[in-house]
Amino acid sequence: MSGAIRPIVMPKWGLAMQEGMVARWLVEEGAEIKAGDEILDIETSKIANVYESPVAGPLRRRVVGEGETVAVGALLGVVADSSVPDPELDGFIASFQEEFAAHAAEAGVAAPQPETIDAGGKRIRYLAIGEGDGVPLVFIHGFGGDLNNWQFNQEALAGGRATYAIDLPGHGGSTKDLGAGHVHVGALASAVVEFMDAKEIAKAHLVGHSLGGAVTLDLALNHADRVASATAICSAGLGPDINMDYIDGFMHAKRRKQLEPVLQMLVADPQMVSRDMIEDVLKFKRLDGVETALNRFIEDCFTGGRQALDLTARLAELAVPVQVIWGSKDRIIPARHAEGMPAAIPVHLLDAGHMVHMEKAAEVNELIMRQIAS
Amino acid sequence: MLQTTRSRSREAPVEGPHTRRQCEILDETGFKLFARVAAAGIYALLVSVGAALFQPRPKRMRGEEEGAPGPRVRETTVQLSREELLKAYRQMRTIRDFEDTVHEEFAAGNIPGFVHLYAGEEASGVGFCLHLNDQDRIASTHRGHGHCIAKGCDSKAMMKEIFGRKDGLCGGKGGSMHIADLSKGMLGANGIVGGGPPLICGAALSSKTLKTGGVAIAFVGDGGSNQGTTLESMNLAKAWNLPAIFVFEDNGYAESTASGWSVSGDLVERGKAYGIPSRRVDGHDFFEVWDAAREAIERARNGEGPSVIHVKLARYYGHFEGDAMTYRAPGEIDRLKAEKDCLNMFRQRVTEAGLLEGDQLDAIDEEVKSLIEQALAEAKAAPPPTEADLLTDVYASY
Amino acid sequence: MSRKSYRQAINEALRQEMERDPRVILMGEDVAGGLGAPGEDDAWGGPLGVTKGLMPIFGRDRVLDTPITESAFIGAAAGAAATGLRPVAELMFVDFFGVCFDQIYNQAAKFRYMFGGKAVTPLVIRTMYGAGFRAASQHSQCLYPVFTHIPGLKVALPSSPYEAKGLLIQSIRDDDPVIFFEHKAMYDEEEEVPDDPYAIPFGEANLTREGDDVTIVAFGRMVGLCNQVADKLEKEGISCTVVDPRTTSPLDTDTILECIEETGRLVVVDEAHPRCSMATDIAALAAQNVFKALKGPVQMVTAPHAPVPFSPELEDLYIPSPAKIESAVRKTMAN
Repeated sequence: MSGAIRPIVMPKWGLAMQEGMVARWLVEEGAEIKAGDEILDIETSKIANVYESPVAGPLRRRVVGEGETVAVGALLGVVADSSVPDPELDGFIASFQEEFAAHAAEAGVAAPQPETIDAGGKRIRYLAIGEGDGVPLVFIHGFGGDLNNWQFNQEALAGGRATYAIDLPGHGGSTKDLGAGHVHVGALASAVVEFMDAKEIAKAHLVGHSLGGAVTLDLALNHADRVASATAICSAGLGPDINMDYIDGFMHAKRRKQLEPVLQMLVADPQMVSRDMIEDVLKFKRLDGVETALNRFIEDCFTGGRQALDLTARLAELAVPVQVIWGSKDRIIPARHAEGMPAAIPVHLLDAGHMVHMEKAAEVNELIMRQIAS
Repeated sequence: MLQTTRSRSREAPVEGPHTRRQCEILDETGFKLFARVAAAGIYALLVSVGAALFQPRPKRMRGEEEGAPGPRVRETTVQLSREELLKAYRQMRTIRDFEDTVHEEFAAGNIPGFVHLYAGEEASGVGFCLHLNDQDRIASTHRGHGHCIAKGCDSKAMMKEIFGRKDGLCGGKGGSMHIADLSKGMLGANGIVGGGPPLICGAALSSKTLKTGGVAIAFVGDGGSNQGTTLESMNLAKAWNLPAIFVFEDNGYAESTASGWSVSGDLVERGKAYGIPSRRVDGHDFFEVWDAAREAIERARNGEGPSVIHVKLARYYGHFEGDAMTYRAPGEIDRLKAEKDCLNMFRQRVTEAGLLEGDQLDAIDEEVKSLIEQALAEAKAAPPPTEADLLTDVYASY
Repeated sequence: MSRKSYRQAINEALRQEMERDPRVILMGEDVAGGLGAPGEDDAWGGPLGVTKGLMPIFGRDRVLDTPITESAFIGAAAGAAATGLRPVAELMFVDFFGVCFDQIYNQAAKFRYMFGGKAVTPLVIRTMYGAGFRAASQHSQCLYPVFTHIPGLKVALPSSPYEAKGLLIQSIRDDDPVIFFEHKAMYDEEEEVPDDPYAIPFGEANLTREGDDVTIVAFGRMVGLCNQVADKLEKEGISCTVVDPRTTSPLDTDTILECIEETGRLVVVDEAHPRCSMATDIAALAAQNVFKALKGPVQMVTAPHAPVPFSPELEDLYIPSPAKIESAVRKTMAN
């Protein structure tokens, strides 16, 4: 493969993705693209999202047309310097597709699968991607979510380090038995520490979303020795407001039609919410113990329709690097909770809803990379 | 001291139109001695009954003239407390009065649907059920009132049920043929011949699996004894070693067809063919039934598996009410009432043995008469179910 | 969550429910196998291996092999259900219901009603149905319309491994008698199925896809075939809603009627015989309730009014095929 030719392939978004459809090209052939530019609208059964270019240079070929569906890893387009002659491009494309077809069966096998571990007597499911000497990264989702929330982020941040996306207790494939005692942010933070103990992670960069953000901040405050840095995204724990219409809607919806408008509250562009995404939430809610577990979360974390925990007063104490990322159109936890942060805590406001790490994945990944690097 | 005399006689088949009969009398004795103290501690209840001279005539063709081979001596010794004896009599009397009342009411056109009456057969149902508690289960046939009362169901609620009233034992939804009370372990009369035995295998399986110590008794008619379900159930009960008891109440007629014709072979031999301990008793003799029941129930409770008891008895009424009974011989029922009435035989036995006074039994007669009259009056006055009741209880949830 | 077959999903549902509730027992012919025989124990796990591995875990006191006496053991299951156990009995092939139907429809189905609401009969009968195995007329019928017809029974038809596990768990937890229909040709189909136990409620239809042009109501194995057809037609610009009722009793009439109203066109795909079937049931429902919304006649795709033939060529003609389903959809599009 010539070093000057860079392939753009169908990305793998989430564990179950086998193929994706090119809904729309956002750049023309011949256009000069920079890394991070939005170049494609891609649709899978689970989600519809924009794809940002991983490479820079002239887009010499659009190999797959609009409306076409190809497997994960298949060639979508080719970026190459203008010095590369066309026949060479053709040759590259042909051999790439030949090799790809030959190895198509293997592609799925290599993908990492979630595992479970006993952490302090609780079964915790997690997805581990990446290895290396870098300080590990731990991703913590929010209420009603699971490790798949990080499908646009985890792989991108797994260069040279181990990354772990976990399912909090009561969620995903982790235990639904929350035990006795309050299920507040502190209890969740303990569960994360137990996970890190079980995996022998001495210290990690934490990335948390929503309720997971509050857990991240709690850990940064109370377990600073375990936290290398913290990124809190659309975080709970920074004010009293929480959209109980969303929470109640999420809990009460039993059919797709009821759940769709509720999940659409999570994002700025309602088109992002696919049938399969709704289906996955319905299937999650059916699991034994989930309804009980989620109700306990609501009771203890969103008591009386307000957030039970407010860490703003303690933010000045923070001894580890912390950054806050928010979607300006967040309808679940208002972005104004990000106002008035201490100067030491950078706040990044992006044009997105509550799921900013999915809606603006590349930008969020960039912000996290920067923090890790510094 | 255990004494057993057994004599058996076999008669050559007697000819008659469409019938053949194999007669057999099995004399069985056994007795135990045990002391019982009544709850109040007032009465010491250690009674030993001497040989009761009872000279049964060999069972002969229905309608055949009297005139028998020589008398037989049978010894029956039983040990029942006074309370149990009173209870037995009361239950049998309750069944009798209940059935006689239903008979009259049906004839007057007051009862909807089909009823099948147990009068004459009381000693069987009571003889078995006296041993049982609410953990034990029974399943009955279409002729279920007697088993229902014997198992302790409320006769007033039963009467209302037969009249189809809302406060009937089954809310007016089942009627005579499906009369039941699961809380008393009565799994119902059954409109399907042979419907009970498989259910009883299930109830026995429940007792065995849940280790309740309960037993399950299937009352089956001579007609039901031939049903595939019954035969399969006997096989299953033995294969699974279930605490199940199959009681064949052979009243001589399956609807209008003589059991002598329709039951191929012999019901005791049938049971034995499955490897099941089997025994035959005179169903007019409460004490004989009670004794066989005790043996079978003990066997079941001890985890030794199923039993078969062939109970020979007679019904006074038709297969169903409205049955003209033309298939029975002239005078047959009168003779049965005169010579083989189980209530009379019971009274005679207990008074002769000095176990109970005639006055006590008379008093029970009066009380029961009054109870059944009241039950009838209440049933007639009770409201029927409403339209809303039509759709209730099809499911637990839908 | 992992990839499981229809067979594995059912096995897992049974195992998890038996772990959760000691009153749940299994019974049926050769549900373990090898009983009393000199060779291996648990020799079969049912004729197609669905219950294999359960007897070694739970023992022969909870996994009971039976003699070949359906009326006795199906009746025993009914009696056991009414007296404190929660039995899951296997009627090996639904075609055999003839020898034990009384126990199902006259006894188990009616206890609660006949006894004035005082009986609880949490019985599950698992049974195999459907053609495609060349098993011929006495081992290939569908027959769920017969059970659907009986008040007091519930009927579940899982269309996929995910559905099978959730509906079977619900069947076992349900306090009414449930007949659980497993399509014998689907046991090897696989999909992602959660490892945790979960129950899918009865009476809630699932829309496997939504479209604007035609509503297809399909049952059991037919749901998958209709999805295939819908995929194909999507490319031509015909978008279909495919409704999987999941349970024929109770039936989610609201969802079905809503979908018909939205598209105005109805195709019903039912592998059972055409007389007195689910197809006629749904068609009548539509005619009575949403007549004005219909743009044209209802199309029914069913098996013929004939026993299931043996010869492979004939059997393939017997089963509703994607081609026949497609043709029916196109017919409605003419309106």
